[in-house]
Amino acid sequence: MTTSTRGAAKTPAVLVLEDGRVFRGRAYGAVGETFGEAVFSTGMTGYQETLTDPSYHRQVVVMTAPHVGNTGVNDEDMESKRIWVSGYVVRDPARVPSNWRSRRSLDEELAAQGVVGISGIDTRALTRHLRERGAMRVGIFSGDAVQDDSALLARVQEAPQMKGANLSAEVATTEPYVVPAIGEKRFTVAAVDLGIKGMTPHRMAERGIEVHVLPATASVDDVYAVNPDGVFFSNGPGDPATADHAVSVMQGVLERGTPLFGICFGNQILGRALGFGTYKLKYGHRGINQPVQDRTTGKVEVTAHNHGFAVDAPLEKVSETPFGRAEVSHVCLNDNVVEGLQLLDRPAFSVQYHPEAAAGPHDAAYLFDRFVSLMEGQRA
Amino acid sequence: MPKRTDIQSVLVIGSGPIVIGQAAEFDYSGTQACRVLKAEGLRVILVNSNPATIMTDPEIADATYVEPITPEFVEKIIAKERPDALLPTLGGQTALNTAISLHENGVLDKHGVELIGANVEAIHKGEDRDQFKEVVEEVRKKIGHGESARSYICHSMDDVLKGVEELGGYPVVVRPSFTMGGAGSGFAHDEEELRRIAGTGLTLSPTTEVLLEESILGWKEYELELMRDKHDNVVVVCSIENFDPMGVHTGDSITVAPAMTLTDREYQILRDIGIAVIREVGVDTGGCNIQFAVNPVDGRVIVIEMNPRVSRSSALASKATGFPIAKIAAKLAVGYTLDEIPNDITQETPASFEPTLDYVVVKAPRFAFEKFPSADSTLTTTMKSVGEAMAIGRNFTEAFQKALRSLEKKGSQFTFVGETGDKDELLREAVRPTDGRINTVMQAIRAGATPEEVFDYTKIDPWFVDQLFLIKEIADELAEAPELTADLLAEAKRHGFSDTQIGEIRGLREDVVREVRHALGIRPVYKTVDTCAAEFAAKTPYFYSSYDEETEVAPREKAAVIILGSGPNRIGQGIEFDYSCVHASFALSDAGYETVMVNCNPETVSTDYDTSDRLYFEPLTLEDVLEIVHAEQQAGPVAGVVVQLGGQTPLGLSQALKDNGVPIVGTSPEAIHAAEDRGAFGRVLKEAGLPAPKHGTATTFAEAKAIADEIGYPVLVRPSYVLGGRGMEIVYDETRLEAYIAESTEISPSRPVLVDRFLDDAIEIDVDALYDGEELYLGGVMEHIEEAGIHSGDSACALPRSPSAASTSSACAPPRRASRGVSGCAA
Repeated sequence: MTTSTRGAAKTPAVLVLEDGRVFRGRAYGAVGETFGEAVFSTGMTGYQETLTDPSYHRQVVVMTAPHVGNTGVNDEDMESKRIWVSGYVVRDPARVPSNWRSRRSLDEELAAQGVVGISGIDTRALTRHLRERGAMRVGIFSGDAVQDDSALLARVQEAPQMKGANLSAEVATTEPYVVPAIGEKRFTVAAVDLGIKGMTPHRMAERGIEVHVLPATASVDDVYAVNPDGVFFSNGPGDPATADHAVSVMQGVLERGTPLFGICFGNQILGRALGFGTYKLKYGHRGINQPVQDRTTGKVEVTAHNHGFAVDAPLEKVSETPFGRAEVSHVCLNDNVVEGLQLLDRPAFSVQYHPEAAAGPHDAAYLFDRFVSLMEGQRA
Repeated sequence: MPKRTDIQSVLVIGSGPIVIGQAAEFDYSGTQACRVLKAEGLRVILVNSNPATIMTDPEIADATYVEPITPEFVEKIIAKERPDALLPTLGGQTALNTAISLHENGVLDKHGVELIGANVEAIHKGEDRDQFKEVVEEVRKKIGHGESARSYICHSMDDVLKGVEELGGYPVVVRPSFTMGGAGSGFAHDEEELRRIAGTGLTLSPTTEVLLEESILGWKEYELELMRDKHDNVVVVCSIENFDPMGVHTGDSITVAPAMTLTDREYQILRDIGIAVIREVGVDTGGCNIQFAVNPVDGRVIVIEMNPRVSRSSALASKATGFPIAKIAAKLAVGYTLDEIPNDITQETPASFEPTLDYVVVKAPRFAFEKFPSADSTLTTTMKSVGEAMAIGRNFTEAFQKALRSLEKKGSQFTFVGETGDKDELLREAVRPTDGRINTVMQAIRAGATPEEVFDYTKIDPWFVDQLFLIKEIADELAEAPELTADLLAEAKRHGFSDTQIGEIRGLREDVVREVRHALGIRPVYKTVDTCAAEFAAKTPYFYSSYDEETEVAPREKAAVIILGSGPNRIGQGIEFDYSCVHASFALSDAGYETVMVNCNPETVSTDYDTSDRLYFEPLTLEDVLEIVHAEQQAGPVAGVVVQLGGQTPLGLSQALKDNGVPIVGTSPEAIHAAEDRGAFGRVLKEAGLPAPKHGTATTFAEAKAIADEIGYPVLVRPSYVLGGRGMEIVYDETRLEAYIAESTEISPSRPVLVDRFLDDAIEIDVDALYDGEELYLGGVMEHIEEAGIHSGDSACALPRSPSAASTSSACAPPRRASRGVSGCAA
């Protein structure tokens, strides 16, 4: 523990939104410039998991919790090998981390990984702006990158849009790898990595599943080459409307009737595979306090969300699809967004949110058990 | 799963008189519950012996019994009213214990009354330490986390002595079962202490049972507030972290929401344990809180205890998050599920979620050790505070410094001038938790203590220690800067420094600092408590100030009246002033005004977000009030500020507010002065030709002696403008008078000490009257049972008065001529 010295030169930083609103603060993490889609996350804990979640690729994350970095950075809570957010916006970064597992400060970690951030701005004003105007492109500039506002705005407006972005291949593994079952192995699952979080195969491994994580480019043949009891489609960044390859692989799996489970992006892929559309939410769901109702039981679970797109499926009726009847199994009680799909005639289901919950509550962990039941049912 | 249709009437038990450990929060929770039940079309029967409550107002319940809360009296009420159900979880430990007795002696069965919101088995599992240990053990088997401190249950002193050996020696914690506010518990460092504490504990416990526990002093302490519905949906409403490590009762700790120093993994473990505990205990519907200790070295989690009912922390959590726990608990008790109840604040989303905060809440306890000089000011596991203030800011330093100044106590704000004393001595002093420890720690930091030293001596988490250093570093910058620049001033305000603190550091008057600040355009903005960190629009204007960029105060058309509340509870000021402020708000609303409430006491009805049109959860200092007045004047017309209903706190601000051009409605500051200043009041009495005890005012011993010599001993001495007789003493001789003057630190030419002839063997009478400038309404004449000399707040009194006193009172009343300029209430 060392005393930070105040009054040391603070590097000014500027955040510029594509609609021209500007916030001035101080540099946080790396000094330089960055661009991305501005989104806000309302979780009060779990910044380390959020930063390393590949679904945040090309997004600048605004933390609504004012104090960030209090528990430092440890070696256990990473959801992937690196930080994926393209920029980070906080109000009051910790000067001193305090936690028995902390190895280094978040500021140091962001700087070491070249992540440009900004601190000391009115994050609530920015969040309200995004809520009212919708997620939009943003740039953060600090140090030599700071120019006059109009020049910065022009550069933000040149940055690529999230709509239409095909990003899975940029974050997914390029080589297959295996996460062994913990304890006795009961099942083999082929997991198509569209940006998978580390906790997801871990939750399966805890249930005796040997997880073969495959690149986003895997074909149906690659999937069946591991002789899977079940197939999993992961979370991931980008616009599901561009994920034609993953959709066709999933259709191949559905045709064979192998038990199938999807999370987040995987839910959107299932939606498309069944013939539903997807659409971009105004400002998305990002937080760990979202009420989702399991419509099969009526129970409410508090869940972790990170999605900017959603499936457009009818809530009130069972739909006929090329793979039989399908229904919306889960719904977000805040806004009635589709949060889960299930097929009634084949062993396949998916959720839009994060039962692996890192960060977030463990209420939805039962979904992994449901996947196990499907695979057991298939064996019987 | 909608409301139950088989319940038509509900008996609600209140909490009775305010005692340490059980204050106004239960008026708040009980009132909310009664309103909810009534709105659901149920007949509400209420029993509460405390008349200074909103709850006992006639319109709150259908039938109100101001009777003692004992099984005997409640049984009579049950026999008469024949309610279908009894809701015992919103009136604190008193209500819960009464309900258990009524269940166990068969009264509930006999009259067919169903206990709702809790069941007796769950109450026992939650409150009985032995059973709760088993609950924790079950939870550990199921989810692999959580354990109890190693402990030993004792029913006799022999058990106790044996227990210490079993636990491997001292220190040990002693906790009696089934007592309120941790009464009778404490740390024993040797056999003498053990015999004393455990002996008392065995006596206090209704089951003659105490628990000895391994010491977890210095661990981090956390609390979760949970709610469960009959469909087994569970949500965590709030996490709270104690600034003070284990060893200090939560009610006496500075506490912070949300938890500041947990990773998500560790937080989720606490959440999993909490949910498993509420299920295992079997709290079918309603709220509970669970306390945890976390070892800062390795994260080992110990489940300390749970309250299977609404508690003091529930009130705090409700105000901290905007999630009304008591209201929702009442709805759950009559059959609703969380997803069927809308979130009042967003009005669009349901209550089946977990609030997320984009601000920091700090609660600071208020003590009254100065009233009891012989009391031990060491903070222990028995609660000793008499009230609390809560503050909200956009960071910890802002919320923390606001909370400290909300306490409105001399020396409650950090001071950065003057000698600090010896560092090592200060650090040694900081080991012992007391009401003033936080100031001692700050002085130690000023004296050169390192963060490591502060942690070693106090075990306050290093993150919090760093926040104290941050505050101190800004104070240094303020002191050293050649001039107050906009950047420096903005930075200081952003970290919660008040204009008075800045003035003290710079050697400037508070109003000068304010002028500079306003000239530089530095003013607070007001943000909304919205349960969701701005994810959804909030419909309730529940505000707190922050030095940030964007304000959320909306323009309005109607004229507003700002009502200043009473601040933290203290001895001499319970919830009666809150009662007055709430009624003022309702009456002004009926009269067509937009009502704006300002208060910082989380245990109150006035700080409920639906009591007034707008709520500012803010300190009641001149600076904070002036900024609110300014913000509201920007929003629309302000008809005035009401200062006369919140007790001494707002009364003390009246002149300064008027001097700053703020319109005061009701009694004018001059009239308040004429009544509060003994000299001025003496002149009023004289002019009105009313008899008064001989008296005088003095600022030195010589003056006081002269007065006393003239009027004769014994004399009653006291400072002006004080509450509840603070500093008041009956002095019988000159020696004591000299000592009194020497000890009185608050004497100044503008605040002289009053010397009155003490009336031996006199009858004391209270007259309550209302005066509108033309007519006087005499509300009541109360006669004190004790003779004059016992403070009216401590004296039993009777209404109507006895015949023998009638002639006296008629000689003194009506006091109309005396109450010149007083509109409203005079006592």
